[in-house]
Amino acid sequence: MQLGFKDEDIKFRDEVRSFIKETFTEDMRKTLSLSKNGHAGKDLHVKWQKSLHQRGWMAPNWPEQYGGAGFTSTQKYIFESEMAREGAPRTIPFGLSMVAPVIMEFGSQEQKDKFLPDILESNVWWCQGYSEPGSGSDLASLQCKAENKGDHYLVNGTKIWTTMAQYADWIFCLVRTSKTEKPQQGISFLLIDMKSPGIEVRPLITIDNSPEPHQEVNQVFFEDVKVPIQNLIGEENKGWTYAKYLLEFERGTAYSPGLYRGIKNLKEIARDTSVGDGLTLLDDNDFLNKINECEIQIQAMEFVEHRIFSALSAGQRVGPESSILKTRGTEIGQYLQELAVEAIGYWSHPFVEDTFANVNEPSIGPEYAATITPEYYNGRKTTIYAGSNEIQRNIISKAVLGL
Amino acid sequence: MDFSFSEEQTLLRNTIQSFIQDNYDFDKRQAIVKSEEGMKQENWKQFAELGLLGLPFSEEDGGLNFGSVETMIVAEEFGKGLVVEPYIQTVVTCGGFLRRANASIKEKYIPGVISGQDIWAFAYAEPQGRYNLNDLTTTATLDGDNYIINGYKSVVSGGPWANKFIVSVRTSGDQRDSDGVSVLIVDKNSEGLSIRDYPTVDGSRASELTLENVTISKDELIGEEGKGAELIELIVDETIAAICSEAIGAMKVLNDATVEYCKTRKQFGQPIGKFQVLQHRMVDMFMQYEQSVSMTYMVNLKLDEEYAERRKAASGAKVQIAKAAKFIGQSAVQLHGGMGMTDELNVGHYFKRLSMIENSYGNIDHHLKKYSSAE
Amino acid sequence: MDLAFTKEDENFRQEVKDFIDKNFPQKLKDIDKRTDLTREDMLSWHKVLYKKGWIAPQWPEEYGGTGWNITQRYIWDQECANMGTTPLIPFGLTMLGPVIIGFGNEDQKDWVLKGILSGNDWWCQGYSESGAGSDLASLRTKAEKVGDHYVVNGHKTWTTLAQFADWMFCLVRTKSDGKPQEGISFLLIDMKAEGIDVKPIITLDGGHEVNEVFLEDVKVPAENLVGEENMGWTIAKFLLGNERTGIAGVARSKKAIERLKDIASSEYMDGDNLINDSDFNSKIADLEVDLTALEYTELRTLAKESKGEGPGAESSILKIKGTEIQQRITELTMEAVGHYSNPYLTPAFERQGSNYLTIGPDYSHGVAQNYFNTRKTSIYGGSNEIQKNIIAKMVLGL
Ligand SMILES: Cc1cc2nc3c(=O)[nH]c(=O)nc-3n(C[C@H](O)[C@H](O)[C@H](O)COP(=O)(O)OP(=O)(O)OC[C@H]3O[C@@H](n4cnc5c(N)ncnc54)[C@H](O)[C@@H]3O)c2cc1C
Ligand SMILES: Cc1cc2nc3c(=O)[nH]c(=O)nc-3n(C[C@H](O)[C@H](O)[C@H](O)COP(=O)(O)OP(=O)(O)OC[C@H]3O[C@@H](n4cnc5c(N)ncnc54)[C@H](O)[C@@H]3O)c2cc1C
Ligand SMILES: Cc1cc2nc3c(=O)[nH]c(=O)nc-3n(C[C@H](O)[C@H](O)[C@H](O)COP(=O)(O)OP(=O)(O)OC[C@H]3O[C@@H](n4cnc5c(N)ncnc54)[C@H](O)[C@@H]3O)c2cc1C
Repeated sequence: MQLGFKDEDIKFRDEVRSFIKETFTEDMRKTLSLSKNGHAGKDLHVKWQKSLHQRGWMAPNWPEQYGGAGFTSTQKYIFESEMAREGAPRTIPFGLSMVAPVIMEFGSQEQKDKFLPDILESNVWWCQGYSEPGSGSDLASLQCKAENKGDHYLVNGTKIWTTMAQYADWIFCLVRTSKTEKPQQGISFLLIDMKSPGIEVRPLITIDNSPEPHQEVNQVFFEDVKVPIQNLIGEENKGWTYAKYLLEFERGTAYSPGLYRGIKNLKEIARDTSVGDGLTLLDDNDFLNKINECEIQIQAMEFVEHRIFSALSAGQRVGPESSILKTRGTEIGQYLQELAVEAIGYWSHPFVEDTFANVNEPSIGPEYAATITPEYYNGRKTTIYAGSNEIQRNIISKAVLGL
Repeated sequence: MDFSFSEEQTLLRNTIQSFIQDNYDFDKRQAIVKSEEGMKQENWKQFAELGLLGLPFSEEDGGLNFGSVETMIVAEEFGKGLVVEPYIQTVVTCGGFLRRANASIKEKYIPGVISGQDIWAFAYAEPQGRYNLNDLTTTATLDGDNYIINGYKSVVSGGPWANKFIVSVRTSGDQRDSDGVSVLIVDKNSEGLSIRDYPTVDGSRASELTLENVTISKDELIGEEGKGAELIELIVDETIAAICSEAIGAMKVLNDATVEYCKTRKQFGQPIGKFQVLQHRMVDMFMQYEQSVSMTYMVNLKLDEEYAERRKAASGAKVQIAKAAKFIGQSAVQLHGGMGMTDELNVGHYFKRLSMIENSYGNIDHHLKKYSSAE
Repeated sequence: MDLAFTKEDENFRQEVKDFIDKNFPQKLKDIDKRTDLTREDMLSWHKVLYKKGWIAPQWPEEYGGTGWNITQRYIWDQECANMGTTPLIPFGLTMLGPVIIGFGNEDQKDWVLKGILSGNDWWCQGYSESGAGSDLASLRTKAEKVGDHYVVNGHKTWTTLAQFADWMFCLVRTKSDGKPQEGISFLLIDMKAEGIDVKPIITLDGGHEVNEVFLEDVKVPAENLVGEENMGWTIAKFLLGNERTGIAGVARSKKAIERLKDIASSEYMDGDNLINDSDFNSKIADLEVDLTALEYTELRTLAKESKGEGPGAESSILKIKGTEIQQRITELTMEAVGHYSNPYLTPAFERQGSNYLTIGPDYSHGVAQNYFNTRKTSIYGGSNEIQKNIIAKMVLGL
């Protein structure tokens, strides 16, 4: 047991810091700060990812043979922490950390050659087609159908909540290829070109009211969409196994660095908010207590993360304990957003529909206020998606507590 | 002691319920919110015809002479429909000031409220003041027969629709003294008044007011000069009672919608309402609602008590309602899953209105402090 | 809608106040509320009220009730709490009494009710068993009918104050096939009967409040059956309903908050009284707001009741919120006394001398024990989880 990093790690950290300093420009920061849902338009994300790629840092989690960064697990942690600490744009996960690992593990050589380089270079934007109107937590009940017609599949059905499908060139989909008694056994994993005839994308506006084209989610309709048989991953009806593999791969994100950043922002807002007698909200005992309490919880998170990453670097697998990270991380995140709304008081009321469009108008109240309330509303999603927190607790109680 | 409603009160409730049914289903409301004006004059006219705009005014002033329980009923039912027309702002808040003004002000202004001709808004908040009603940098100085007003008012709820404002100003004393606060009527067309209108996240509208040498007659003073603080606090408490009533209406809709959704939404081959975690969450929502109803009744029945009693009632109710608003709003979204996140469903809209009520007229911390200091 | 009390109500309140003031036993006032009371101490206030005719406000007048209306009963509860009277033992008065009035025969009405009113008979409640708690219907203590009596064998647990009891009302199994609920009967058992053995259970606060009761071939006369055989579940549920109302304990919680404020006014923090600490104050205010909400929820329930709309499943709210608030008060009280919540003064320790050493301020005595003991309130009387199930089913229709 030890705390603290080795010298070479510190050196690496400084490299990451100076990269961020150079690449994460004021302009980018500004644009990102105008977002209500964490996404700031295709261009910005692609630009950012391309510079990461140039530096060789696009894919910390990929094996080196595919162009992975070759980080040690400590370096990964440092890298992720520094990015989150600075609030750098997140790499869009759908290609990079969702479909790519599946392709690497279960895809054909042809598929690897065709898809992986474009993901690494951010030439192609992916989205995730899992959820359906009738299948959310109970994903295995999905209905979107793919009939095997010899050289192609014929896909009919709908996917919903598809994040940023409006930008997507490709979608990876779970589809039903046979009706089996156990629904999990009749699911296949298909890669579908979004430009195929018969696909329609309709925006869904969420409660943060990010207008088109900045909406976060969409419904995707498939009507007699032809998908070449080569686009099937692995074997037919084995899709559930691949999907589960993906979920496993996805786990183990570090939440604490981003949360610390939230604390820092919150303190800045509180320092900026007067409460009378020349005092600021940061002098307000009640508010300060909440910040501190929150920070203590983040500290606890941080150490859970350290324990998990040290297990990882010792070659152990992360089990369902990582559900703790998801549950606590998202709930603390939501609380921080709540506190930010609380901090700005009446400035939480004004509504700006298109925050990107109105940059030149003077803000109502402080500049940062316009996105704080929408972010709070948008943040409600985090306990719903990627396995709702109720489902995560079910998982912990079943797999960890043995209930 | 009696918690039942009289026949007349039930009749009033029914009237409003059928108004909401006819004019305020979710689609109609969305159309109103998205319209250029953001409210519907037609509705305002109907309020006048139904007598709602005259509810709290004395018969002598042309009103119906109803009390806080009737106001509670109206606000609660409006809360169920998420009504955006500025009823509380005009009738409860500004009406509250006008009712207590001298005869000539009453005569001059109350008929316009009752007939629906005028819409009013209360401009009290200032950027530096947070929830402290007496923290005022907006000043009014007497110059002959006129007051000259200078200052800035923020997030004036219903401002874009109002043609008259009631403005809290400092006529003497230091920035946060309770002595030296005065209440003035300012016409929207006054020279030197510039207004910036904007929508709010809960589908309403508000304004920023800049007052530069706005000159009004000293007859536009409500109450005594410099003695406005007490009056403002009283009327804010009445307003709190009304928005608490609005909130319980909104909570009721959210709770019912959530229970209904959980009975019909199936996952894993069964209605999600069969999962005990969700059941207990909904029970917690229900209890929060019932506790809020209790506090709302209580504050509405205690508005005429002596100061400390009223202070505790209003602050206590506001604390309970704010907590419940947050818990019920967040839970309703959570239990609706992805659907709860959409703008299309009414759930998010109730959640947003409730979350704005949370900090209107002071948030939990503010009112807990006021509660403890009211001995 | 209004909150006002009538003139008569106010007069009544004054009468109640005067009466309590004059008649509440001096000895009970002096006793530190936390040390164990003797059986006689507990009964002394009961006897005073019996003499006055005020012992059973919730009973119909013809059986010895007071004939008070709902408001008067509310005032009575409030004033008792305000003046800090010792709570009455509920087993006879609030639990068994209404059962006998509703289901008992004339003979039972006569002797059981009289004994309860006078305080001559101390009753305890024999429901729970080690295998039957929340799932009460799974109880297994068996009663076999043999001629003119039942023979009872089995084991009850958590039996509160059985060590003082003369009688126990008991749920027993009289039929083992069919639905478990349909084979239960309600028996009155003499605690002096042969074959009964009472063993103490010491709770985590160190007190002796609950017991195990072993029954081995205990003969119970057949006339001690209440209602019909196998109808016990109906009776038990009726009783559980009664047990819940009044469990909110609003008035007593108010009193406890006052005490908490007193303590906070004596404790110091950073050179100032704890009561002036903004954090602590906010916690108290928060608690008071919750309690006020509960008070009005209870009043709303009472108002409904007085209109003949009996307490519905909504009264589960009173149980849940009431007990949560009680628990938070004990928690905050412990927080208020700081380090002096630690000393553990057992009665034995206290009795070591007439001038036993006082550790810490008087008010700190028993604060921790009280906190630990109060955990029970969300477990018994239908645990709070069970109450939520009831609301989910009965009110929300889930
Ligand atoms: C902003 C956003 C982005 C998303 N992006 C994508 C995407 O890119 N691609 C994609 O495929 N999907 C995406 N999703 C969908 C997301 O994964 C689903 O919303 C999620 O799986 C929940 O499903 P549901 O919305 O159908 O809710 P439901 O499953 O209907 O759940 C409703 C409620 O019931 C609870 N519940 C359900 N089952 C149980 C149980 N067994 N025990 C206890 N409680 C239970 C849930 O926790 C929830 O509170 C996104 C969702 C959102 C909100
Ligand atoms: C886009 C998307 C992303 C997701 N991301 C993640 C993720 O990152 N991590 C994650 O863990 N999940 C995630 N999920 C949730 C995922 O849908 C579920 O974990 C999965 O559907 C459950 O698989 P299963 O049917 O084999 O159930 P199991 O693995 O057997 O059970 C999983 C959960 O479902 C409940 N459940 C299963 N069967 C029943 C039943 N018959 N009755 C009641 N409850 C039941 C269990 O209690 C448990 O909560 C995601 C879903 C979507 C749509
Ligand atoms: C101080 C004290 C005094 C008592 N006095 C008496 C007395 O005088 N006479 C008498 O007969 N009994 C008495 N009881 C017993 C009391 O009624 C039982 O403790 C109670 O019914 C709970 O049963 P249990 O202890 O067996 O817990 P269990 O029923 O085993 O419950 C354990 C936990 O599981 C939860 N649980 C159980 N079922 C469900 C469900 N379906 N859904 C969700 N959660 C559930 C419970 O809420 C609890 O948290 C007393 C108890 C205490 C602590």
